[in-house]
Amino acid sequence: MIEKSVRELSADLHARRVSSEELTRHFLSRIARHDGRLNSFITVCEEQALAAAREADIRLAEGRAGPLTGIPYAHKDIFCTEGIRTSCASRMLDNFIAPYDATVTEKLRQAGAVMLGKTNMDEFAMGSSNETSYYGPVRNPWDTERVPGGSSGGSAAAVAARLTPLATGTDTGGSIRQPAALTGITGIKPTYGRVSRWGMIAFASSLDQGGAMARSAEDAAYLLAAMAGFDPRDSTCADRPVDDYVAHLEDDLGGLRIGLPKEYFTGDLDARVGACIEAAVKVLEGLGVVFRDIHLPHAHLAVPAYYVVAPAECSSNLSRYDGVRFGYRCENPRDLEDLYKRTRGEGFGAEVKRRIMIGTYALSAGYYDAYYLKAQQVRRLIAADFRNAFEEVDLILGPTTPAPAFRLGEKVDDPVTMYLSDVYTIAVNLAGLPGLSAPCGFIDGLPVGMQLIGNYFEEARLLNVAHRYQQETDWHRRRPPGFD
Amino acid sequence: MEWEAVIGLEIHAQLATKSKIFSGASTAYGAPPNTQACAVDLGLPGVLPVLNREAVRMAVKFGLATNAKINLRSVFARKNYFYPDLPKGYQISQYELPIVYDGWLDIDLEDGRTKRIGITRAHLEEDAGKSLHEDFEDMTGIDLNRAGTPLLEIVSEPDLRSPQEAVAYMKKLHALVRYLGICDGNMQEGSFRCDANVSVRRKGEHRFGTRTEIKNVNSFRFVERALRYEIERQIEVLESGGAVVQETRLYDAARDETRSMRTKEEANDYRYFPDPDLLPLVLDEAFVEEVRRSLPELPDAKRRRFMDEYGLPAYDAGVLTASRELADYYEAVAAACGEPKLAANWVMGEFSAYLNRDGLEVPGAPVPPEALGRLLTRIQDGTISGKIAKEVFEAMWDGEGDPDAIIERRGLKQITDTAAIEAMIREVMAANPKQVEQYRAGKEKLLGFFVGQVMKASKGKANPAEVNRLLKRLLQED
Amino acid sequence: MALGPSDVEKIAHLARLAIDPTDVETYARNLSDILAFVDQLESVDTRDVTPMAHPLDMTQRLREDVVTETDRREHFQAIAPAVDKGLYLVPRVIE
Repeated sequence: MIEKSVRELSADLHARRVSSEELTRHFLSRIARHDGRLNSFITVCEEQALAAAREADIRLAEGRAGPLTGIPYAHKDIFCTEGIRTSCASRMLDNFIAPYDATVTEKLRQAGAVMLGKTNMDEFAMGSSNETSYYGPVRNPWDTERVPGGSSGGSAAAVAARLTPLATGTDTGGSIRQPAALTGITGIKPTYGRVSRWGMIAFASSLDQGGAMARSAEDAAYLLAAMAGFDPRDSTCADRPVDDYVAHLEDDLGGLRIGLPKEYFTGDLDARVGACIEAAVKVLEGLGVVFRDIHLPHAHLAVPAYYVVAPAECSSNLSRYDGVRFGYRCENPRDLEDLYKRTRGEGFGAEVKRRIMIGTYALSAGYYDAYYLKAQQVRRLIAADFRNAFEEVDLILGPTTPAPAFRLGEKVDDPVTMYLSDVYTIAVNLAGLPGLSAPCGFIDGLPVGMQLIGNYFEEARLLNVAHRYQQETDWHRRRPPGFD
Repeated sequence: MEWEAVIGLEIHAQLATKSKIFSGASTAYGAPPNTQACAVDLGLPGVLPVLNREAVRMAVKFGLATNAKINLRSVFARKNYFYPDLPKGYQISQYELPIVYDGWLDIDLEDGRTKRIGITRAHLEEDAGKSLHEDFEDMTGIDLNRAGTPLLEIVSEPDLRSPQEAVAYMKKLHALVRYLGICDGNMQEGSFRCDANVSVRRKGEHRFGTRTEIKNVNSFRFVERALRYEIERQIEVLESGGAVVQETRLYDAARDETRSMRTKEEANDYRYFPDPDLLPLVLDEAFVEEVRRSLPELPDAKRRRFMDEYGLPAYDAGVLTASRELADYYEAVAAACGEPKLAANWVMGEFSAYLNRDGLEVPGAPVPPEALGRLLTRIQDGTISGKIAKEVFEAMWDGEGDPDAIIERRGLKQITDTAAIEAMIREVMAANPKQVEQYRAGKEKLLGFFVGQVMKASKGKANPAEVNRLLKRLLQED
Repeated sequence: MALGPSDVEKIAHLARLAIDPTDVETYARNLSDILAFVDQLESVDTRDVTPMAHPLDMTQRLREDVVTETDRREHFQAIAPAVDKGLYLVPRVIE
């Protein structure tokens, strides 16, 4: 059951070969058995999951079911869920039960998907290793001494360990693609504005985007199809129809032009990762794809620009956590200032505080032009690089990360080194483009991911290429040892 | 040494939308605390703002009415600071690119001249909630019903030179926003609030002095008093060799003084930046034109028309156009009686006096304009005198109904019958032989006495013109 | 741009964050490292480049002026740390 695709599971459910309740119980029991080693869930909601499964079974019986009806999924704990704690992996929201659903939560419910629980993540999605969670780090199922990546590390680990067929994620600088790469799964961050941000707790509003994580591109296509779409409650959500991702999965790749950015294949890249990408290029060439080198001249400035823009937005977005209307409040505040400072000082972890301070500084009087404005200008140059590239090619291919999963604790004291693990993913968020990571090999038993970057709203194309690649390869079918 | 004050006003006008600027919560005043604060207004995690079209329309309306330029592309920014009535820790406002800029308004000075006051900008922003200090010991209660109410912040140039000018400008704006129907102007409820920036300098000096900001002065009277106090204070400081400190001050109406506010934040560093949850607001010419077509006749134009069309003096036209309701009322009365000057006297006189006496607004007046028009027609056609009309008006105000019915019921119809008046005159003359004699001896001042006596005898119903004419003749006779 | 302990304290105050005095040095070092890294941005000429605040070239959508929300105070205040008589409570604010 755990190796079946969403399409196969859905066929079984529709044919009544299995019930959603059985399927849900099966994954709940896997979580109970295996998650002690991974810590991929913050909250498991067995009761609600079984209730939703029974409801799905009724829909299936009545013929009111869609492709996701009755299929379990894990929800990143950044999406608000009415009546179930939404913690953002922060002490600040340890007691926060949202009085509303995120749009994505609502859409998945309407699709009949069954939420198994809320997955662990870096605190407020700030991190690349899942070590900043208030609930402790998530471990990589391929080597539990290593990180699963972040910030959607819980979702990635849970999918990789087959604790759930599907999981949601969010991606502000690589938070879907990087953990997908480090855990050997497929993750897609769609174009900014494709998935509603309503009820998705903000880190950096102009960069955050929800997306899908699954074992295969095909499964991810089903999940993303249910998440995407216009939402009048989000001013930045795109009012345009959603392509039929599933229908395009089998499209022919003959003549497709894919660019390889020179700047992504330099000395910073682990040569063994480079070799995996080269092998993937060969596979795709065999499917008729034409490759050529391209340039993204400002690529090296993406991480520095990001570490101004994202902290600036986060410093403001996180001001609402003040201990007044919801969430953590310090004990016995002496006065108002004490209430604010201790609530925020005690409620936020070190990385969140670092970013709030960087952002506060970058926006403060006298530094705004040198930091914030400058970064937003560089951002435009980075976006222009991509625009120029897409004049010549249809897609861009490169590594997702410079190296496979690193050890827990390895980079935790060195923020800048940690930030550089997102060196290939961050530019995509700055430009607002869609990006996908799919497994393309292993190094010493650790998965390697390749990243596909598309032009705006080209999600269908990304999923199509990844799917055709996955029909030729079996990296995505490999299961971490010890998770039978 | 002569000093000159330099004043600029920042007016916050709450826009009269039904829902908030970024959420679908109601803006109605006076609801129980926090019952009109939705998830967006509370700044709960994950919520997002969506801009209210009507707030945008109203801002454009204001811009067009003040001869301002409309930014077809404006941007919302975040103003970051911590305060309990500011749920998100930032206020969504407009900073670098306001929706309205570079406008003006003419005000009338006491000496009859007009003065043009520049409007630097007017931008859209959200209001904060309210802090309530009374109910709890050692605690402050926060009501966020007002949070997210749309505000138009109207910033004047420092063109005002006296408290009187400041008040004239503020009154003019107040009338204008109500004319436009974009703000109810209710100052008690805080719908129209004023911050004043004021500095003084020696006459002839071109540079500005150091200014202070007086926060939240919420009546015309207080603005005038607060400014007068603050100007005096600054002059005293300077004349005694001191320096004015740039600071925010609060006006204490009870003591009639301004005093320094404990600074909210040492140096304010609001860290403005474009709000990433909102996109640039882009308007097209068609939108602006559509708003332009919806503009009502504005106070200045209306006043000119009242002077041209009804032949009213400037003063009367000014009074009658002070509010749209009063102007509309006046026009209806004038139309009903066909006598614009008489209508003006009555609307400015009796009608306004009764409104004042009863603390009513024009729409709440118990006498509809058509009824007042009919009453004035009865003066015109000689049915009653002006004096009697006042009695009838009082009865109408008290709900006794139509003027004709009142005249009929109370028997107030004017006596125009010459014979009847002559009879009354003869009676009066017979009763006052001494005065008749004096009159005939040349003391013509006594005519007034006789008129009074006759009117009294007729219970005010005799036609005064007729009484005059007949009295003169009969006193001359014999 | 290197930040010293007093800079960290100033920024932490602006951001209303209580920082343990023993951590100030570490923050100062971390933040300085990050800023030094960010300073690479200076290497590129951005004259005449319009800052990009949003990834997509879209404009603000407008909502009709309709009241869509009902009173949910009870729900909202069920998750509040301190409320009384429908008000959120904070330590006394002196004005």
